[in-house]
Amino acid sequence: MSNIDLSVDICGIKMKNPVIAASGTFGFGREHAGYVDLNRIGGISVKGLTLEPRAGNKPPRVAETPAGMLNSVGLQNPGVRSFIREEIPFLRQYSTAIIANIAGNTTEEYCEMAEILSDADIDAVELNVSCPNVKAGCVAFGNTPQGIAEITSLVRKYCNKPLIVKLTPNVTSIADIAKAAEDAGADALSLINTLLGMAIDIETRRPILANNTGGLSGPAVKPVAVRMVYEVCQTVKIPVIGMGGIFSGKDAVEFMLAGASAVMVGTACLVYPDACIKVCEGIEEYMRRHGFERTADITGKLVLNT
Amino acid sequence: MSKLLKEEIISVEKATEGIYRMTVASDYISANAEPGQFVNIKCCEGVQTLLRRPVSICSTDRAKGRYDLYFQVKGAGTKILAGKKSGDFIDILGPLGRSFDLDIGYRRIAVVGGGIGIFPLLFLLNESKAVVKRSYLGFRSSGYIVLQEEFRQKSNSLEIATDDGSYGMKGFVTDMLERDILSEEFDMIYACGPTPMLKKVTEIAKKHNVRCQISLEQRMGCGFGACLTCACETRTEEGGSQFVRVCADGPVFNSEDVIFQ
Ligand SMILES: Cc1cc2nc3c(=O)[nH]c(=O)nc-3n(C[C@H](O)[C@H](O)[C@H](O)COP(=O)(O)OP(=O)(O)OC[C@H]3O[C@@H](n4cnc5c(N)ncnc54)[C@H](O)[C@@H]3O)c2cc1C
Ligand SMILES: Cc1cc2nc3c(=O)[nH]c(=O)nc-3n(C[C@H](O)[C@H](O)[C@H](O)COP(=O)(O)O)c2cc1C
Ligand code: FES
Repeated sequence: MSNIDLSVDICGIKMKNPVIAASGTFGFGREHAGYVDLNRIGGISVKGLTLEPRAGNKPPRVAETPAGMLNSVGLQNPGVRSFIREEIPFLRQYSTAIIANIAGNTTEEYCEMAEILSDADIDAVELNVSCPNVKAGCVAFGNTPQGIAEITSLVRKYCNKPLIVKLTPNVTSIADIAKAAEDAGADALSLINTLLGMAIDIETRRPILANNTGGLSGPAVKPVAVRMVYEVCQTVKIPVIGMGGIFSGKDAVEFMLAGASAVMVGTACLVYPDACIKVCEGIEEYMRRHGFERTADITGKLVLNT
Repeated sequence: MSKLLKEEIISVEKATEGIYRMTVASDYISANAEPGQFVNIKCCEGVQTLLRRPVSICSTDRAKGRYDLYFQVKGAGTKILAGKKSGDFIDILGPLGRSFDLDIGYRRIAVVGGGIGIFPLLFLLNESKAVVKRSYLGFRSSGYIVLQEEFRQKSNSLEIATDDGSYGMKGFVTDMLERDILSEEFDMIYACGPTPMLKKVTEIAKKHNVRCQISLEQRMGCGFGACLTCACETRTEEGGSQFVRVCADGPVFNSEDVIFQ
């Protein structure tokens, strides 16, 4: 008889399990819906949205690297209004949390999107202040404690949904950035976004990506991500959503032991359309094996070596 | 609709230098695949090759519930595939992508293939109901020629060009198309191969006002439409341009829609 309860409540976002599809790797759920029952996924962070539609970068936009991949999609998306009109009704057929991942070039754009989304049928806003693939704005906000404090406090005023701030790993001290976001009114944090990287074709002497650089994700980044989640969880009190290279339940449990209340699964969703469900089953199996009954019982249960 | 499948390999055999044929048992793919579609293969469990590798479906045997893939060993992924044995299972996503349009109105067709781009064209010839089918294939040199007999059987004529003249005509496969396009009065040209070849075929088709479909390659993250990494620039109806997905909106496109980089 199983009495395991996988459900989580993260700053008011109620989910049946702690596994969320990471932004940019799950589109708006339509493609994955052909392979998996979206009702079984805790939540979906949709492809990064901008105020106006964006075409994205020139191809090639992906390069495989050891145990990982670089991408330089550049926030190709149909714009926040089209998302509300065309995609929310589709997603709402399923019982899964909808998280709108937003990115802007200016603080005004972020605020306008937050305002538009306040009337939309979504469960949370995820502030992407950390995309490495667009030239102006975006990443600049996430790079300094001042920048993240400014954007978070401004968006907070316009956003009546739970506000998750997504952090970039491309900084010296992620804990300082996390603290600044918390103090400025973030309800939760998610991390990590991709690590800025480069891969070169030595025959042509050119970078593989047309954009030259791109964001690294996948198993290669996992140890860095776990360390960062640990550091952030030591510093802030708000819930943290961990991600970076999660392919299995075991990977997810590492993040949770380090302090994450929930996890996001990105690259794995590209390779295995059913990755979120496999990760969820793995977490449940771990809980059963160790006698944990609630997901929150694992969070932060790391025992440090002394 | 594509599915996530674990299928049994019937055989893996060397077809010519560096190119292998893999026969896979799959009732689902053999019954549902259409010419131009591909499968996306997880070559190994784990991270040695992390992403799936796209490979075109080359032919299907519906009665026996199996299909053939032909692939060139290029890097780590295809090397692992070449080492697979009969009885092994592989993790396959498919069939994927938009197929060639085989309207029965296309009575006289040309298929133009270059190198590893010829494979989906054999499947096309198998399924096409056209009355006249002319095949033009280009290879680097004689040692790279594959499936010559099969193409000869499935079309009314087959001509081969090699870059070095070691077999057939010396030169580009597109030269043969250009030579014949006026006299043959093709209703449709189907092409798959390296980008410079596709660009040339597109120009020839446009110049002579013949319809043309081309199958593109691009590096892919997922292969099923979710990640937007496999971008291709196409013209919009309003006269602008947009990035679409090679894996889901293609790999087959009307040649006039594609904006070559
Ligand atoms: C729609 C489609 C159909 C294809 N059909 C065939 C086929 O029938 N037979 C065949 O031999 N090859 C085909 N290819 C090319 C084949 O996918 C690549 O040769 C293969 O992915 C190389 O993998 P690798 O690990 O051996 O090489 P590596 O060079 O080590 O691969 C590294 C990365 O680059 C990607 N990559 C390298 N070359 C290509 C390429 N040309 N196109 C797309 N991605 C590439 C790989 O997928 C991988 O992610 C097709 C490609 C596409 C997009
Ligand atoms: C193809 C691709 C596109 C992405 N697009 C976005 C995006 O639009 N917004 C965002 O916040 N993160 C984006 N990311 C980052 C992921 O959400 C995630 O933070 C990162 O990939 C690390 O997790 P992973 O190793 O599980 O993939 C993208 C990642 C990939 C691979
Ligand atoms: S490869 Fe992911 S959308 Fe085409």
